[in-house]
Amino acid sequence: MIRCTGVTVRLGDKVVLDDVSLHVPRGSWVSIVGPNGAGKSTLLRYLTGAVAGVGDVHLAGQPFGALTRRQRAQLVAMVPQAPVIPDGMTVVDYVLLGRTPHIRALAVEGPTDLFAVHDALGHLSLLTLADRQVATLSGGERQRVLIARALAQGSPLVLLDEPTTALDVGHQQQVLELIDELRGLHDLTVVTTMHDLTLAGQYADRLVLIDHGRVVVEGPAAEVLTEDNLASYYGAKVRIIHDGDRPVVLPVRRERMPRIVP
Amino acid sequence: MTVAPAATAPALRGARLRPAWVAAGLVAVAAAALAGLVMGPVSLSPLEVVRELLGMSTDLDARQIAIVEQIRLPRVVLGLLVGATLSLCGASYQGAFRNPLADPYLLGAAAGAGLGVTVVIVRVADGAATPGYVPVAAFVGAIAAVALAYALGAAGGGRASTASLILAGVAVASFLTAVQTYVQQRNQDTIRDVYVWILGRLSTSGWSDVWMLLPYALVCWVVLLAHRRILDVLAVGDDEAATLGLHPHRSRLMIVGAATLGTAAAVSVSGLIGFVGIIVPHTVRLLAGRSHRVVLPLSMLFGGAFLCIADLLARTLSSPAEIPIGVVTAFFGAPFFVLVLRSSRRTGVTA
Repeated sequence: MIRCTGVTVRLGDKVVLDDVSLHVPRGSWVSIVGPNGAGKSTLLRYLTGAVAGVGDVHLAGQPFGALTRRQRAQLVAMVPQAPVIPDGMTVVDYVLLGRTPHIRALAVEGPTDLFAVHDALGHLSLLTLADRQVATLSGGERQRVLIARALAQGSPLVLLDEPTTALDVGHQQQVLELIDELRGLHDLTVVTTMHDLTLAGQYADRLVLIDHGRVVVEGPAAEVLTEDNLASYYGAKVRIIHDGDRPVVLPVRRERMPRIVP
Repeated sequence: MTVAPAATAPALRGARLRPAWVAAGLVAVAAAALAGLVMGPVSLSPLEVVRELLGMSTDLDARQIAIVEQIRLPRVVLGLLVGATLSLCGASYQGAFRNPLADPYLLGAAAGAGLGVTVVIVRVADGAATPGYVPVAAFVGAIAAVALAYALGAAGGGRASTASLILAGVAVASFLTAVQTYVQQRNQDTIRDVYVWILGRLSTSGWSDVWMLLPYALVCWVVLLAHRRILDVLAVGDDEAATLGLHPHRSRLMIVGAATLGTAAAVSVSGLIGFVGIIVPHTVRLLAGRSHRVVLPLSMLFGGAFLCIADLLARTLSSPAEIPIGVVTAFFGAPFFVLVLRSSRRTGVTA
């Protein structure tokens, strides 16, 4: 679904992504992990065309550069980490925004678009909230609205930037389960960036660890989430516990320096 | 899991313009226009005026008919056109820049028009040749100023962000205002003429101003109304709008271009009428909804009606003298706006 090699992105004179290659098979879930500022979000933004860079990228077999922005939006939907929620906009109107790449430039939505929105709202149990204002919803509901917008967009590839960061543990699970369910139902390919490594390992088929703009390790969770890797790239002291074949990352408090009592 | 759409889907509806609001807007326009036609130094019967306009036989004498058709009607129509255009442009600017304080003069249109007019009035100080050149100077000045601001704002990274455009607009406006003030101070004898123009007025030169404004206004209206859904998409910011398949910079350039054309044409026939472009769209937003499908058309209707009433007050309150219309729009508009703001807070109409 995504095949890219040699992606390099500069912002100002800083190289944010350095010769990144990424291969995401159709229908799979790849999670991009890495310390703060490693370039995870930039990689997603590059794939939606929000930042420019060089690289050889194919989406669904089509060269990235040959796609118009509209065609690209029909292939890739993005769930941003910090979305702008317009004042007073209702859930229906917000999810309708996802239909933009399917509506002719200066036209308004038709019945097909409303059906798509209805479907998306139904899948995410949002029909009862349809007329509520997005700004008044709780964090979990809002995240579902964002996913509904991406679903209404009808793109086979969905990128989610930190979809669980602002949620409590119950809602984190709920959202990730939903994404996984929708992935199966609609044959979606999913790429997420994640801070919670345990959750990333539980849901993604593969992890890609980025540090300083480069891919340093990639593979199944058990291969990426090792004590050595997390020590060298995150500077973290952790223990990895294995729950079946899923690694659980357990941060370990460092030994306290013995206090010198006078 | 499939949701059966046929039975339930029609219940879902996006933001739309309610017929009741359109009706209210049309009533406001009709009432304002009728008031503008019957009131003045010579009071006329509303019924007779309506009969005359509909081509039925009336009791009005030839002089009264001339007052209605040659003097008051063109001025009322001009007020409706200018009010509708400025309100529509203000609403579009606020949407395109995601900035509630934006008005049609945001990118320097007023300062450019002011400089153009000042230069012409100073150059052709004898007055006889002035009237013909003033609108042209205002039109050209306004468009040149916005074009300059846009070019400067886009110069940095090749792409014009809203912030860089607004800053460029501020810079261009202050620069042109400085030049304008300098030219004006050097030519004290024309200060009054310049000042009168700056405060704005609807001229009484019959139908010629209406015909001059109409083509530009129509282009501006068609383009901006066509962008109503795009403006709603732009509300989520340039980055997200781009991931939804839009070219935000291209769309903004179209919107600013059309709004500038309309604003420049309105300014050239009416001078600088402030406040309409801010107060009317915000009032509509507070009362009727925030989607641009609602805000744009209703701003036009209520903006036209508002300016028509403002002009009526401007020419009747201290008759036979005329109060500058810009003074009236601010003097009555500001308290009204505060009222709307307070009552909508209390009833929780807005989020």
